[in-house]
Amino acid sequence: MHETTTLLVEVGALLLLLGLLGRLSRRFGVSPIPLYLLAGLAFGHGGLLPLNASEEFFAVGAEIGVILLLVMLGLEYSANELVGNLRSAAPAGLIDAALNALPGFAFALLLGWGWVAAVVLAGVTWVSSSGVIAKVLGDLGRVGNRETPVILSVLVIEDLAMALYLPLVTALLAGVGLVKGGIALAVAVLTVVVVLAVAIRYGHLISSALSAKDPEALLLGVLGLTLLVAGAAAKLQVSAAVGAFLVGIALSGPVAHHATQLLSPLRDLFAAVFFVFFGLVTDPQDMPPVLLPALALAVVTMGTKLLTGYLAARRAGIAEPGRWRAGFALTPRGEFSIVIAGLAVAAVQPVEPRLAALATAYVLITVVTGPMLARLPDFPWFKRWLRRRSQVRRPEPVPAAD
Amino acid sequence: MRVRVEQTALPGIGVRHDLVTESGRRLGVVSHRNGRRDLVLYDPDDPDACQADIPLTDDEAEALADILGASLMLGQLSGLREQAAGLLTEQIAIPAGTKYVNRQLGDTRARTRTGASIVAVLRDGEVIVSPDPTFRFAAGDVVVVVGTRQGLDGVSSILADTDPDG
Repeated sequence: MHETTTLLVEVGALLLLLGLLGRLSRRFGVSPIPLYLLAGLAFGHGGLLPLNASEEFFAVGAEIGVILLLVMLGLEYSANELVGNLRSAAPAGLIDAALNALPGFAFALLLGWGWVAAVVLAGVTWVSSSGVIAKVLGDLGRVGNRETPVILSVLVIEDLAMALYLPLVTALLAGVGLVKGGIALAVAVLTVVVVLAVAIRYGHLISSALSAKDPEALLLGVLGLTLLVAGAAAKLQVSAAVGAFLVGIALSGPVAHHATQLLSPLRDLFAAVFFVFFGLVTDPQDMPPVLLPALALAVVTMGTKLLTGYLAARRAGIAEPGRWRAGFALTPRGEFSIVIAGLAVAAVQPVEPRLAALATAYVLITVVTGPMLARLPDFPWFKRWLRRRSQVRRPEPVPAAD
Repeated sequence: MRVRVEQTALPGIGVRHDLVTESGRRLGVVSHRNGRRDLVLYDPDDPDACQADIPLTDDEAEALADILGASLMLGQLSGLREQAAGLLTEQIAIPAGTKYVNRQLGDTRARTRTGASIVAVLRDGEVIVSPDPTFRFAAGDVVVVVGTRQGLDGVSSILADTDPDG
């Protein structure tokens, strides 16, 4: 068969399969991300049925997928939302970083993977998936809950922290020294601060340059601007993902709203390609040895996320049940952890071959069990347990005032 | 009368407004950025959790606001229009140069003379419901009148009266 024809057949068959898997996952009410990863594993190097002609297509598609994931994440927030509650949310964000990045960091060192891999794994275990969590909160009808702003502000801090973390990792993975890494980080910090300041003050000007009225022009304009800035950011070693995120933040108002609607289908397509690609480049034979470590890491970091949510909600004056809800809601990891691991896989100097396998297994576990754990506080037996717990703590309940 | 409404930002989603009623129940509205609004009712046993989360479309939210708000009467009247044949609602702009600008609604004696009622006045995009006889018209007002065809025509000719002195 002709090269292009093979490509079409392979891409078409894989996308069709993804479509069916996506439908299946929605029937069971779980995130389709783990199924996409599994599909990638099955068709990748050493998988059941390796694809060959379309790998380049998936590589480029995956790159675009990351950029679209990030620009959409940026579009969700306005610069004011990011900066506005920074001061009040910072303590929760710091607890979150300390409790969840350190286990990943320590774990990689324990396995003897070197400190670059440790920094990468710290990122993987640190960030919860805002996409998955926002969906879970919506599904469970908890958007109005009083602990929800606490959960969201932890997510905001994580996303903002990623804008500083990703360039650092990019620099580390490029094998540059401490000085060059420091310069890259300084450039990133400066860029982020400038973009936020410009977006707060002149965001409406940037948005008004792109008319929200003409869908075609808006789609091309936003996509073009995003890819351009992402490319420029990559050239500056600031990471393409961060560039895209900042474009998303700079856009606001009706333009952001319409761009979200226009880009969503594209994001769904290319994000699926990205997850498949990550599975494709991971050798399934690497998986069995890392399964147990991944499970152990998942259990530990789910515990630390639970603690993060519990403490953050307690700081905000939320009662006991709400603290548990906040903790369990924060446990899923998803696209962002894969984005970080993806950087390590794509690095010029490969870090640690088992890292990709570990990250895949880890995300498979957390993204499936996380949303289930989030449901836990709604079960009657959990509520009964909570009540008993509070009675044990206070043996003599305060008599109710009539 | 004044009720304390708490506003909470939900980054990436929108804004939540909530209040505690005199009977101790907490209820709120989540305004999503895409225009969707959710009515949320909190659990009395666990005031942090919402017991019901009811998504409302724009139209539903508006209808609910109407029912709860003061313009209840307009809604009821438009329902009446469909039920009772021959009863009509019409919006009549006060013509420029009418003698009723700056004069009281009572001066028109519209109901006595035509049987039709002025139930509301639209001014600068706001609705003034059930204006009383001492209500003073201003240029540019639009009145909402309910009555029979003849009654509505009568009101519109009364309002068209020009000031004999000026």
